[in-house]
Amino acid sequence: MLKVRDIRTFYGNIQALKGITLEIAEGEIITLIGGNGAGKSTTLMSICGVVPPRCGEIFFRGTPIHDMSPEKIVALGICQVPEGRRIFPGLTVKENLEMGAFLRRDAQGIKSDIDHVFDLFPILAQRRNQAGGTLSGGEQQMLAISRALMARPKLLLLDEPSLGLAPLIIQQIFEIIKKINTESKTTIFLVEQNANLALKVAHRGYVMENGLITMSDSAANLLGNEDVKKAYLGL
Amino acid sequence: MEYFLELFLGGLTRGSIYALIALGYTMVYGIIELINFAHGEIYMIGAFTALIVASVLNIMGFGPITILILAMVLAVVYSCAYGFTMEKIAYKPLRHSTRLAPLISAIGMSIFFQNYVLLAQTSDFLPFPSLLPELEFLEPYAFIIRSSEVFIILTTLVVMVLLTLLIKFTRIGKAMRATAQDRTMAMLVGVDVNRVISTTFIIGSSMAAIGGVLIASHIGQINFYIGFIAGIKAFTAAVLGGIGSIPGAVLGSLVLGWTESFATGYISSDYEDVFAFGFLVLILIFRPAGLLGKTTTQKV
Repeated sequence: MLKVRDIRTFYGNIQALKGITLEIAEGEIITLIGGNGAGKSTTLMSICGVVPPRCGEIFFRGTPIHDMSPEKIVALGICQVPEGRRIFPGLTVKENLEMGAFLRRDAQGIKSDIDHVFDLFPILAQRRNQAGGTLSGGEQQMLAISRALMARPKLLLLDEPSLGLAPLIIQQIFEIIKKINTESKTTIFLVEQNANLALKVAHRGYVMENGLITMSDSAANLLGNEDVKKAYLGL
Repeated sequence: MEYFLELFLGGLTRGSIYALIALGYTMVYGIIELINFAHGEIYMIGAFTALIVASVLNIMGFGPITILILAMVLAVVYSCAYGFTMEKIAYKPLRHSTRLAPLISAIGMSIFFQNYVLLAQTSDFLPFPSLLPELEFLEPYAFIIRSSEVFIILTTLVVMVLLTLLIKFTRIGKAMRATAQDRTMAMLVGVDVNRVISTTFIIGSSMAAIGGVLIASHIGQINFYIGFIAGIKAFTAAVLGGIGSIPGAVLGSLVLGWTESFATGYISSDYEDVFAFGFLVLILIFRPAGLLGKTTTQKV
């Protein structure tokens, strides 16, 4: 579904990605783990076209997207829940959800999708007219995921959904992620520092270090790998 | 009391004009964090366009209402074209450079537009026809308010209401708010940020042009330099209200308009600017972000 071939991305003169190659098949949950500053978020931003790669290729269902503008990439069905959630603080919960559906024109479908995410996260329904900036961290994460779902993505990119949340909330968020994958057949690309958690929900995983992919295997194998255990699982 | 009312309405008129210009400053700042110093020049270009259109139509023998409408429409169209092009030429290529670069580019555009009009037209003050009709029922109150002031206040009110509706309820309005709050996230939900920025310049330019035509018609003369002065004042108003805040720009403009009007009327017209800027300093000491500005803590 998504093929990333040898992309190199720069911030000014600083090279953040030094040739990333990875592949995601339809219906999978793939995780990308690695330490701080490894280039995980940059990988996602490059796929979304916000920080386009200087060279290399990205194909989504056969369409080259590495030269496309972000809004065209969103229109193809790739949506990101970025690190730090990035809720529009001055828009209400409902308006945030409507922004998620920005490229859709079917008012009726948008309405029923809003009801659907309110079923998924009842707390958001209670807060529908509250400004996004006033929500708690967990609620904001729920809103960020819901906002991405509003675009009916085919590929959902999640950047550190567990960051800064209480364990109970994390569990709830990961339940939902699995549900999104199984129920609506959405392919998921999950970037996480919490490797243990990520590898438990994912089918396959990539390990990233210093702008390079250093390992790729099935999630089960990575969980059992000695190096991964030492470096990322704290065992 | 009558004197007070006269000053109050005079201040409201000034404030309305400032608001029409200040909104352009504040909206552009809200979206791309740029102080568009050439914005005042767009207002001046609007006034000049209206003057040319009005003169030509007058020779051709059109009626006053037709002249007013066509002059206003063409002034808006021309100013929008200038505002749109200015952003594409002077600001868009610099969007990823240091913050100082577009600022200097803006000052350059301002000087360019002034000299362009100076060369294309003249450095003298030109008489501007009174395009706004006289309201007869106001005649007994002429010492308090003039018809043109009524038109300025009402037009500004209508423009504000339309702008509020646009920002609050339309698709592009929501996209503008989202872009102002988090540009990267707006991109990630599929907002074409370039289009939002262009639209912002177009909306700001139209309002400035409307303001330019109204005030030129009220005062009765224009030259190439009017945009600079009005621009500085409107910018002051936007800062006073909290740059980036739309209600703030309106409030700041009214406060500035009244300060100037009352200071001129009760103290001395020589000190108009002293009071205007003194008041700005005073407010910024106690509210550094402006009257309605939000103090944002920068995350590192």
